[in-house]
Amino acid sequence: MLNRIQEFIIGSFKLTLKGNRTYHLWMAFLTVLVLSGAFAYYRQYTEGLIVTNMRDQVSWAFYIGNFTFLVGVAAAAVLLVIPAYVYNWKPIREIAIFGELLAISAIVMCLLFVTVDIGQPLRVLELLPVIGSLNVPSSLLGWDVLVLNGYLILNVVIVGHFLYKAYFKKPYNKAFVVPLLLLSIPAAISIHTVTAFVYNGMAARPFWNASILAPRFIASAFCSGPAVMLILFQILRRTTHIRIRLEAIRKIAELMAYAMFLNLFLFGAEIFKEYYSDTDHLAHTEYLYSGLHGHTALVPFAWVSLICSVVAFILFLVPKTRMNMVTLNLGCILIWSGVYIEKGMALVIPGMTPDTLGEIYEYIPTWTEIRIGAGVFAIGFMVFTMLCKVAIPLLHDTLADPVAPGEPYPEKL
Amino acid sequence: MKKNGDPPRIDRRVFMAGGTTAMAAIAAGITGAPAGFIENLLHKNFKEISPERLQRIVQEMEADYTAKYGKTVTVSTTGAQPGVVFGYGLDLSRCVGCRRCVYACVDENNQSRDPQIHWIRVLKMDKSKGIHLEGSDPYYDPEEVPEENAFYMPVACQQCSNPPCTKVCPVEATWQEPDGIVVVDYDQCIGCRCCMAACPYGARHFNWAEPEIAADEVNPDMHYLGNRPRPKGVVEKCTFCIQRVRKGRYPACVEICPVGARKFGNLLDEESEIRVLMREKRVFVLKEDLNTQPKFYYFYAT
Repeated sequence: MLNRIQEFIIGSFKLTLKGNRTYHLWMAFLTVLVLSGAFAYYRQYTEGLIVTNMRDQVSWAFYIGNFTFLVGVAAAAVLLVIPAYVYNWKPIREIAIFGELLAISAIVMCLLFVTVDIGQPLRVLELLPVIGSLNVPSSLLGWDVLVLNGYLILNVVIVGHFLYKAYFKKPYNKAFVVPLLLLSIPAAISIHTVTAFVYNGMAARPFWNASILAPRFIASAFCSGPAVMLILFQILRRTTHIRIRLEAIRKIAELMAYAMFLNLFLFGAEIFKEYYSDTDHLAHTEYLYSGLHGHTALVPFAWVSLICSVVAFILFLVPKTRMNMVTLNLGCILIWSGVYIEKGMALVIPGMTPDTLGEIYEYIPTWTEIRIGAGVFAIGFMVFTMLCKVAIPLLHDTLADPVAPGEPYPEKL
Repeated sequence: MKKNGDPPRIDRRVFMAGGTTAMAAIAAGITGAPAGFIENLLHKNFKEISPERLQRIVQEMEADYTAKYGKTVTVSTTGAQPGVVFGYGLDLSRCVGCRRCVYACVDENNQSRDPQIHWIRVLKMDKSKGIHLEGSDPYYDPEEVPEENAFYMPVACQQCSNPPCTKVCPVEATWQEPDGIVVVDYDQCIGCRCCMAACPYGARHFNWAEPEIAADEVNPDMHYLGNRPRPKGVVEKCTFCIQRVRKGRYPACVEICPVGARKFGNLLDEESEIRVLMREKRVFVLKEDLNTQPKFYYFYAT
């Protein structure tokens, strides 16, 4: 058994070494970003978080924003797992594993973003239950550590099982893996909910202290995560023999349209409440959308995000543009950008601007922060690329279609 | 007094401490390393350390600081006295906004001089608007205070009885002591800054860089949970000068205030200064709607 696991791991690793020119260029590019991030992080580690633009007034910013966004991306899997395993819909079941690969990569990035944000990274072991001093049930961040790691382990086990069996050309064990897949559905919902609750539970920050926050997290997550999947699926259709049916892509796009509607509706509900009641707490929303006392750093981002989300919704809503691959891809990019800004910057920073005593400290990330962030993203993309590189040939036998890459499938399109 | 006191957890702690000691003993036996070294690797939570180990840690600390600053440093671990819960009063009608309290606090509590950390923030407010945090100015810098048409509101840790900061900490590095003081263990804090997001009073401060204090400016009278030097990457806050008040002295800010705007005492003692003023004057707390139940009372004496 151990021999076989070793053989599987070494064999899989070898698969990641082979590839065409584009593959190696892509990996080299990511390596450069990782190195740049590593050097920037070394500086931050030795000099302290002073090399960021975070200060006491805005004490969470770019890193935690990216973390929040990526927790959402990790949910992409669930939008594939539900139709695949709850509704047993074959076209999506064949490709659901890519959702899990994305989830693994996203969670890896999440954990890295938290690690680069903390002041004493060598003390992370304190976050372990039993061995460390994990403060559950009281601390929501404590819960977040548990559910994020749990979700990571769950997906690693599921994907590991699929690939291990495929490596030795054996069918996967349904009785083992399907319950885990079903368990991954509430687990995915819980990582969003708990992450939202980290913010939501803070009465000191009225911008976050709204019950609508967790539902908004989930709605926006179901927009951004699948957007990556759709673009990936089209790349795979062109470059591999993996059978990705157009109907699967269209079903996912349709589900995204519902999520986008919900996301915009919840946004509207929040905007109404803030502006109609017009209390002191409106300051945070005002800072985001119109600026406060001449401080307008976030205003352009806020409007770009909103416009992206609205245009993407229209593109996904109208069947004609949803069916057209060009407009569909445009919609994917728009919704990805829209949600990235919304969760990455427009949630964390205005929550802390003005601060609890009314001071406005205008935050914009430093280059060090951006380089570290890019490095973390590069690691995530690297993990994802390598996982795909292993999964595609291994799953080839079960998933491949007798057509050449890029050739249309013999199905009604 | 401690709201979130939880007997079952103490059982676990005692059990864990036993286990930790046993593990350390075994590990030390195997590796031949001194027990203290292994113990340090295993656990550092202040509340879980045995008295003997705490004494050893404190002795090491005192030796380190004495060598580093070239003067005899003492690090106290004095606990809360029974029957004492500290409370603070601040007379808004007297405060002139001179910020002497801010700098007395910095000197007493060994805050970093570069970058500067201030535990007290004095807000200048417009008389015509009353208390309005959003319109306040913490950076006022006139030739002379008090200014016409302005009044001043110093804000530091409100030492909440229902503190939102301690419950969000993912590693139990901050808690409320039996005498009501909210403290941070700088050896336990991981620097996630959750508590800063949770605090409604901007009372928690982060060491964004390695704190710098000139050796001759260091206050050698230290407390483990208070003014001992902090490393970079951890959170710190006002402790009512725990190193002073647990010895029956006033906090530094109370002592320095030139107009007597600051009052301090034991909330459980009816004859204490703080209780007398609460009886004789009308007090209020900041952001009472958040149910943080501060033990920091503002009032207008005149």
